[in-house]
Amino acid sequence: MEVVLPIATIALLFLLWEAACRIFSIPAYIIPSPSAIWTETSALPGVVGWHTLVTGKTVLLGFLVSLLVSLPLAVVLTSSPIVAAAIYPLLVLTQAIPKVALAPILVVVLGTSELPRVVVTFLVAFFPLVLSISAGLVSVPPELIELGRACRASRWTELWRIRLPFAVPFIFSGVKAAIALAVVGAVVAEFVNADAGLGYLIQTSTAFFKVQLAWGALLILSIMGIVLFQIVVAIERIFFPWSPGIDRPAL
Amino acid sequence: MIEIENVSKHFVSRDTDRVVALTDVSISIRRNEFVCLVGPSGCGKSTLLRLVGGLLPVSQGRVVIDGQTVREPRAETGIVFQSPTLLPWASVLDNVLFPLKISRRLAPDSTERARSLLKLVGLDGFEDKYPRELSGGMQMRTGVCRALVHDPDILLMDEPFSSLDALTREELTLELMRIWREQPKTVLFVTHSIPESVMLGDRVVVLTARPGRIAEVVPVNVPRPREFGMEARDEFQVAAKRIRQLIFGTGRGTTH
Repeated sequence: MEVVLPIATIALLFLLWEAACRIFSIPAYIIPSPSAIWTETSALPGVVGWHTLVTGKTVLLGFLVSLLVSLPLAVVLTSSPIVAAAIYPLLVLTQAIPKVALAPILVVVLGTSELPRVVVTFLVAFFPLVLSISAGLVSVPPELIELGRACRASRWTELWRIRLPFAVPFIFSGVKAAIALAVVGAVVAEFVNADAGLGYLIQTSTAFFKVQLAWGALLILSIMGIVLFQIVVAIERIFFPWSPGIDRPAL
Repeated sequence: MIEIENVSKHFVSRDTDRVVALTDVSISIRRNEFVCLVGPSGCGKSTLLRLVGGLLPVSQGRVVIDGQTVREPRAETGIVFQSPTLLPWASVLDNVLFPLKISRRLAPDSTERARSLLKLVGLDGFEDKYPRELSGGMQMRTGVCRALVHDPDILLMDEPFSSLDALTREELTLELMRIWREQPKTVLFVTHSIPESVMLGDRVVVLTARPGRIAEVVPVNVPRPREFGMEARDEFQVAAKRIRQLIFGTGRGTTH
């Protein structure tokens, strides 16, 4: 049921969409029907596949960088109140800068390579990760920390054997937010500077009124987001079965 | 074995006010003695436990264990906290072995010892379960095993049974007395239940609040082995009444 129900809902939604397009004869350049999107998009499997791969690479690179930066950053941030006071405003600043506005400037600074795209993706994705990992590291019950101290654990052992494992459910909650945001970040970056990728495909195809293709790219981006999210969920369930999944909605 | 000599402890709170937790506390505890600390909330009984455990530094005076002044946590002390505080990612067995693992003292026979401890508290067969699969009482039993796994000579217990229901609490009280009889240790047991303190302790240290100081050390002359039903005995009544008087004052001694 957990799998069948959402798929059925989505299928129904597409059927309604298709029916509405036909019954009200909506012109394809305004809202194309799902069947038209499918026909146009699947006619160019090589091109669309290539753009998907390019975007996927940017998303994964940006996400990996944000994970690699966030973990040590959260550890440093939670290690002392003084460090936190010094660094935290800086983090907020990086979030206050509108990424869409920053992207063209980054291109000037870093060149028209893939680098500025990965940087923008990273900047969009890393903040919720830092916040949730930090929240996890400081939410360890004080008695567990005392237990570690009573066993004469070093700060490193305490971090590695108590704080980090305890933060796992929080880390995954951040990772889920970050992977979804990474897709957004990559597309934003591609709008500004790219010669490939689904964001680039949407821009060029709308410019030539190939609306169906733009919608196709949009749908692929959504699917990419869902698949990446589900991969994270699966990793959590397989490797950390004890994790309560703190962000699963309780009904 | 444990000498608490004129110990005072104060904390500096956020607005730099000094909060006095304990003033001039002195007790001498014999080896394998069972001592309970009783007092109202905020009398510093948990603080005193942490001073003996080396988890907090004393402000004045000193705590001496076997001739050594306590300055940091001691390897041969076991602690049981108010909540079981088990690791959610580790099985029952790994939770019990955890202190040995992080202090790198895992020996070839450690697993055997952990298993026999779990058997002692009736948890054999639950070694591979995770904490969330256990009831509150079973989690606390696991916590007790964890505190005993490195065979400490001192056991510090900070209101260990206060979060359990009344029946489980009685069950665990009996189990604790059995364990203590089979594996004698010096036990310091914090509680705010007067009957519990009399049931368990050889002596009951009564603390008063703000600032925390010792009102009196009440000896309990109820013979061992003890069991529930002994509350009616004169020795039990005498000790419990005296503790009540010390905490509530003479006027309200019989109302509680």
